[in-house]
Amino acid sequence: MIGPIVILLLFQLTGEVIARGLGLPVPGPVIGLVLLVCALWLRPQLEDTMRPLTSTLLGHLSLLFVPAGTGIVGNLDTVRDSGLALLAVLVISTALAIVTGAWVFALLARRFAPETEP
Amino acid sequence: MTDIWSYLSRGELVWLTATLVAYLCGDALFRASKRNPLVNPVLIAVLILSAVLTLTGTTYRTYFEGAQFVHFMLGPATVALGLPLWANRAKVVRVLVPMSVALLAGSLVAMLSALALGWALGLPQDVLVSLAPKSATAPVAIGITEQLGGLPNLTAVLVILTGIIGAIIVTPMLDALGFTDFRARGFAVGVAAHGIGTARAFQVNETAGTFSGIGMGLNAVLTAVLAPVVVRLFL
Repeated sequence: MIGPIVILLLFQLTGEVIARGLGLPVPGPVIGLVLLVCALWLRPQLEDTMRPLTSTLLGHLSLLFVPAGTGIVGNLDTVRDSGLALLAVLVISTALAIVTGAWVFALLARRFAPETEP
Repeated sequence: MTDIWSYLSRGELVWLTATLVAYLCGDALFRASKRNPLVNPVLIAVLILSAVLTLTGTTYRTYFEGAQFVHFMLGPATVALGLPLWANRAKVVRVLVPMSVALLAGSLVAMLSALALGWALGLPQDVLVSLAPKSATAPVAIGITEQLGGLPNLTAVLVILTGIIGAIIVTPMLDALGFTDFRARGFAVGVAAHGIGTARAFQVNETAGTFSGIGMGLNAVLTAVLAPVVVRLFL
C-alpha cells in the first residue's frame, strides 16, 4: 500500500512543481493525473499495482469534500444575507449545466460514436 | 474532566475522528435509504459537523486543523482518476469530439448562468466572483477565487453545495428527460458537479463514473483558464 501512495504523491508533487515552475493555470494534481496516464502507457503493469489503492480512494471520494463543506459554519453571515438567492442560483445553474453537457454529448455521440457496448 | 475536554477540544485528533464518524453516519443513512440520491452522505456529514461545531462553540479554523488531513487527500484522489481514465481509454478516444464540445458548453453554461442569475438577484460583487468557479473541483476553484479577489472560504462552500445539488438532481432529472447514454450523463455531471457528482456517478455505474471523472478533470483545467476571462468580461 505504501508504494502506490508514494507514486500518487510523487505525481502530484511533480505536477505542482511543473504548474508553479512554468506558471501554468492548470492545477498541479491535474498535471499529476496526466503524468500518471503517461506512466501507465509506458508501464501497463503499474495498473495492477495501483488499482487497490485508487479503488479505495475513489470509492470514498465524497468523504474528502466534507471538511471544505463544513466551512459553511464560517460563512453564516453570507448565508443569512443571501442564502436563498445563492441556493436558487446553484440549483438552476447546476441543472442547466448538466442538461446542456448531457444534451451536447448525446447529440454528437449519436453522430460520431454510437454506443456499441454490450 | 474539564482538563480532558480542554485538551481534546484543541486536539486535531478529535476533529479528524469527528469528520470520519460524521461521514460514516451519512454513508450508513444513505445505504439504509436504499441509496436514495436525496440522502446525500456529504450533506448529512456537513450538517452533523456544523451542528457539533456550533453547539461546542468551536471555530472552523480549529476544526480544520484536524480535518485538513482528509482535505489533503483531494490532491492524490485527483491524480488517482488517471487509473479509470487509462483503463477506459478505448471508450474515451472514440468520443473525443462529443466530449470536447460538451465540455466547453457545460463549463460556459455553469459559469455564465451562475453569474447572470446571481447578478439578477442582486448578489454583491465579491460573492459573484466567488460563485464563478463553483463547478470546478474544490482546490482548483479556491485557487481561482484567490486569484480573482473573491472569498476563498465561501467558494469552498459553494463548490461543495454545487456538488451535492448535482449529485441529488442528476439521476431523476436526466431520467425524466430520457437520456440513456451513460457516457453523456456521467460526463455532464462531472463537468457541472466535480467530485461529488463523480462519486454519485460511480454509484450508478462504472461507465458513468469514468466519464464523470474525466469531465471533472477537464473542467478543472478549463475553468482555471476561462474563469478569469469570463469574470473580467462580466463584472
